[in-house]
Amino acid sequence: MVNVIADQPTVPVRRATAGPWRTAWRKLKGDRSAVGAFGVLVVIVIASLAAPLYAQYVSHTDPFATNLNGEIVIGGATQPVLQPSTEGLGLGMTPIGPTWRIGPYLLGADNQGRDVAARLLYGGRDSLLISGAAAVLCLVLATFLGVVSGFFGGIVDVGLSRILDVLWAFPIFLLAISLSIVLIAQSIQIGPFEIRSGSLWLPVFIIGIVYVPYVARPIRGHVLTLMQAEFVTAAIGLGASPWRILLRDIMPNVVTRIIVFVPLILALNMMTESSLSFLSIGVQPPDASWGTIIQDGQGLLYSRPIVALAPGLAIVITVLALNILGDGVRDALDPKSSPRGV
Amino acid sequence: MNALPRERPLLRAGDLSKHYHVGRSVFPAQRRTVHAVDTVSLDIWPGETLGIVGESGCGKSTLARCLVRLTNITSGSLEFEGRDIADASQRQLRPLRRQMQMVFQDPSASLNPRRRVGDLLADPFRIHERLSASEMADRVAELLRRVELSPEHASRYPHEFSGGQRQRIGIARALALRPRLIVADEPVSALDVSIQAQIVNLLADLREEFNLTYVFIAHDLSVVRQISTRVAVMYLGSIVESGPTDLVFATPAHHYTAALRSAVPIPCVDRARRSRQVLKGDLPSPMNPPSGCRFHTRCPASTSICRNERPLLQSIGDGRLVACHHPGGG
Repeated sequence: MVNVIADQPTVPVRRATAGPWRTAWRKLKGDRSAVGAFGVLVVIVIASLAAPLYAQYVSHTDPFATNLNGEIVIGGATQPVLQPSTEGLGLGMTPIGPTWRIGPYLLGADNQGRDVAARLLYGGRDSLLISGAAAVLCLVLATFLGVVSGFFGGIVDVGLSRILDVLWAFPIFLLAISLSIVLIAQSIQIGPFEIRSGSLWLPVFIIGIVYVPYVARPIRGHVLTLMQAEFVTAAIGLGASPWRILLRDIMPNVVTRIIVFVPLILALNMMTESSLSFLSIGVQPPDASWGTIIQDGQGLLYSRPIVALAPGLAIVITVLALNILGDGVRDALDPKSSPRGV
Repeated sequence: MNALPRERPLLRAGDLSKHYHVGRSVFPAQRRTVHAVDTVSLDIWPGETLGIVGESGCGKSTLARCLVRLTNITSGSLEFEGRDIADASQRQLRPLRRQMQMVFQDPSASLNPRRRVGDLLADPFRIHERLSASEMADRVAELLRRVELSPEHASRYPHEFSGGQRQRIGIARALALRPRLIVADEPVSALDVSIQAQIVNLLADLREEFNLTYVFIAHDLSVVRQISTRVAVMYLGSIVESGPTDLVFATPAHHYTAALRSAVPIPCVDRARRSRQVLKGDLPSPMNPPSGCRFHTRCPASTSICRNERPLLQSIGDGRLVACHHPGGG
């Protein structure tokens, strides 16, 4: 039967309806590469969290203590962890290579006789923790600055935008390295919080700051666009106060933007953290991060390439997974895109 | 129709102007001013429906936003219920918003896509009244029913509705606080013709039920004719003719009104021979309006006085005001 009155509900009335969040979630679940990337990330996070268990039950070593005179038993034969070098001039010591069996020195040892596999997991813990905490710091700061300058406009906007411009003007790594070098020597005091040199919070603080303009600017632009939206005019017409407009009309639309930034900022933080740690101005020894392990492996690149390759590969996989997930999240939250394959 | 003037107009605008500045430049020569609304005077009486017509770009929408002070006005006076609101801040206007509401042209833009309809419709109550959650839900359900939607629709998002349904939601939101004045800015222009009639009928029913006063803006003369008790014709930011709807459409006094009327397609074949008046040229730029009568560049009856002297809006006796040196264009 043809429905004569065109203005009747075409969808039968249901209790639960597909809201924008639900639709986005369904789209994301339908995106195979995003789901795969998410799976990879979950595995990496779980493995990193299990680092102490691995050190205690599998590798039986302390991944933070040097073990220059240690010995292990492989296939019945006792071998020293650090063997006299047989290559080149035969100078120095070469750490034991990968055993490729579950147990101590699965991926071999570094030049201090520490278990690379255990350090890799511990390093993942620090790398993920720093990237995650820095991402939270960055997004909170950037959202605050972006929303405030976009919403209030005028002199507030001019002031905040210029501050962001100053940060923006520095190349990321120059800024991060300068901050690290200045801050790593002494502790810093922010109110009641003291960050001691060598603390993990120092790289968190530095990495959290450097990407703020890159997030705050698009959010400010988005808020400016939203302020011109007719539904904001409509809210003013209802007599809504600026706070109500900010919380009820602006923020729900900004949140999606912020979510899209999460995986991308995580990936950027990951690389920045590794770079800083590689340059010895991030995570401080004996703590491990993927960056510091690469640095440890730098001198063993010819004899034991696995020491540098393993954390390098871990970074590549994590960053790649974060980027793929980020693409998926962006597509899912974009109301104009349709789910893939539909 | 109850267009009889009572003690005082609900809304009174005197020489209202809204100018926009185009091109921020340090050189004054490059700064341009758009005269979007140029010295408009209007009285809106309680109970009447004032239709405002004119072609695209003539400043109808800007005028609508000025009337409810959704934008600042450049000069002129504006009184709502005798109170001067021309220079009031948004904060000062907030309590008055209960009494004057606006319906927007595009409901998909004026309803926040990330909020449920029930939430959107509860906003007016949250802002102006202290209600318990259940009272609020009841009021929202009642509103939805009044605009012929179902209370179950409250849990849906705006994108799940058709254009007509969305405009009903927009009307419900404007109606929530029982305002005295509703300014509807082209409320049906974005809708299909069949749905336009439903929305116009709904607005007419609500007018009777809640004793509303409307300012109804449209570019479609037939829609305005259907609902308005009085019309004002705008050209290039100014009102060129105003008066009772039937009179203005039957015997247009301004040549522009006549041209507008003759542009409406006539469904009746034997009346189709009526002489059509096709305007030559385009709407002049409001950045650089013509001298004298703004319409003289396109007017079939323009003479030298039209080029040099701007005609004032003057009464021609039968309740009509016309701004023309040679009225009687019909």
